[in-house]
Amino acid sequence: MAELVISNPSLMLTLSRFGIELGFGDHNVKEVCEKANVSPSFFLLICNLYSNPDFVPSYEDLNSVDVDAILSYLSVSHRYYVEERIPHIEHHLNRIVEACPERFGNTLQRFFKEYKKEVAHHFEYEEETVFPYINSLCDNTLEKKFSIHEFKSNHSNIEDKLDDLMNILIKYLPADIFPKERIEISIDIMNLSSDLSCHTLVEERVLVPFVELLERKCYENK
Amino acid sequence: MKINKIVIAEPSPIVAAGLLKFFEELNQIHVVSVVDNLDDLNDKMIIHNPDMLIVNPLMMGYTNNNLIKQITQAYPETICIALVTTFIDKNFLRYFREVIELSDNKQKVANKIFNLINNNDDSSSQNESVDLSNRETDVLICVAKGMTNKDISDMLNISVHTVITHRKNIVKKTGIKSVSGLTVYALLNNLVEESEIYE
Repeated sequence: MAELVISNPSLMLTLSRFGIELGFGDHNVKEVCEKANVSPSFFLLICNLYSNPDFVPSYEDLNSVDVDAILSYLSVSHRYYVEERIPHIEHHLNRIVEACPERFGNTLQRFFKEYKKEVAHHFEYEEETVFPYINSLCDNTLEKKFSIHEFKSNHSNIEDKLDDLMNILIKYLPADIFPKERIEISIDIMNLSSDLSCHTLVEERVLVPFVELLERKCYENK
Repeated sequence: MKINKIVIAEPSPIVAAGLLKFFEELNQIHVVSVVDNLDDLNDKMIIHNPDMLIVNPLMMGYTNNNLIKQITQAYPETICIALVTTFIDKNFLRYFREVIELSDNKQKVANKIFNLINNNDDSSSQNESVDLSNRETDVLICVAKGMTNKDISDMLNISVHTVITHRKNIVKKTGIKSVSGLTVYALLNNLVEESEIYE
């Protein structure tokens, strides 16, 4: 396990989402996962996606996914972004804003506020519309007319605006405004952006095909 | 300093003489040949393999795309510029890297030409100029003000398709994809006032 995480430190972010704590000594992946009540195959599936953006899960992989595991994994990630990463970046940004001429500061702040709203809306839609739908598919209490296809085609990209912010901070803000803080915030944004794109991968490569399978089963039973 | 060889192909002797005089005043530019028909043009292209070809599209027949395509394929290093003296179909002008119009003033022509020369030097290292063209700046300002593509096309008298092309180039040059990001960019560059954007 330690070998895995050290070879790809970005996996560290996923550990806490699975409820796996550091300090696992020399235990292997299976042992650590079992101790934390996590399916090792699902854990490895996520690790694969984080390590290789071109990874496409096999039919067997998808079949072994546990609904509660993936939904709780995604919800915990959402909370981590909204409650920790974004406020952290906002805190940095506010310090930059204070050092800016007022009109620049205002627009930067407005830009980020808008972004926060967009992210909140994005997650809210997933948690209040998509996830309940998936649950109802599983317990066969399907009421609402909705299909994962709708989600697939509407799934918006929430990394783009972060990249825009990076561009603005790196290229277009006047040089004399808080250079040190800008480097720090840029690194934070970069990390968040790449983490978010992995998160999107999990949703698009695992969640969507998984639910498509579920939908097919549902219709066959009817 | 690199001297750029230019061939001019223009049927009207008056216009050709004017161009020749104009380029004499510019540094780094050397007009190696002026021709007024296609046969001569082919010969001179072979002899000089110029850095730049300024050609009146009328010489190639009104809408014959093939000739200009042949030239750009045969001489990929040569920058082809259209010198427009009368109405020419836009689709035809697509094959040229730049268009010079008779009504352009001296400064504008010189800018166009040096932009092309400088860009071409950079092309090996894939560096693209970040500066937006005047038209792109116009479009950016409209985007920042929250106008739709249709609004912009009406206001600037260009097609929606052209608006979209400009927007693509803006995104490519600035690296900023979202409308709100572009708004911040426009403000930082003093292209718009805060009051124009937010009520």
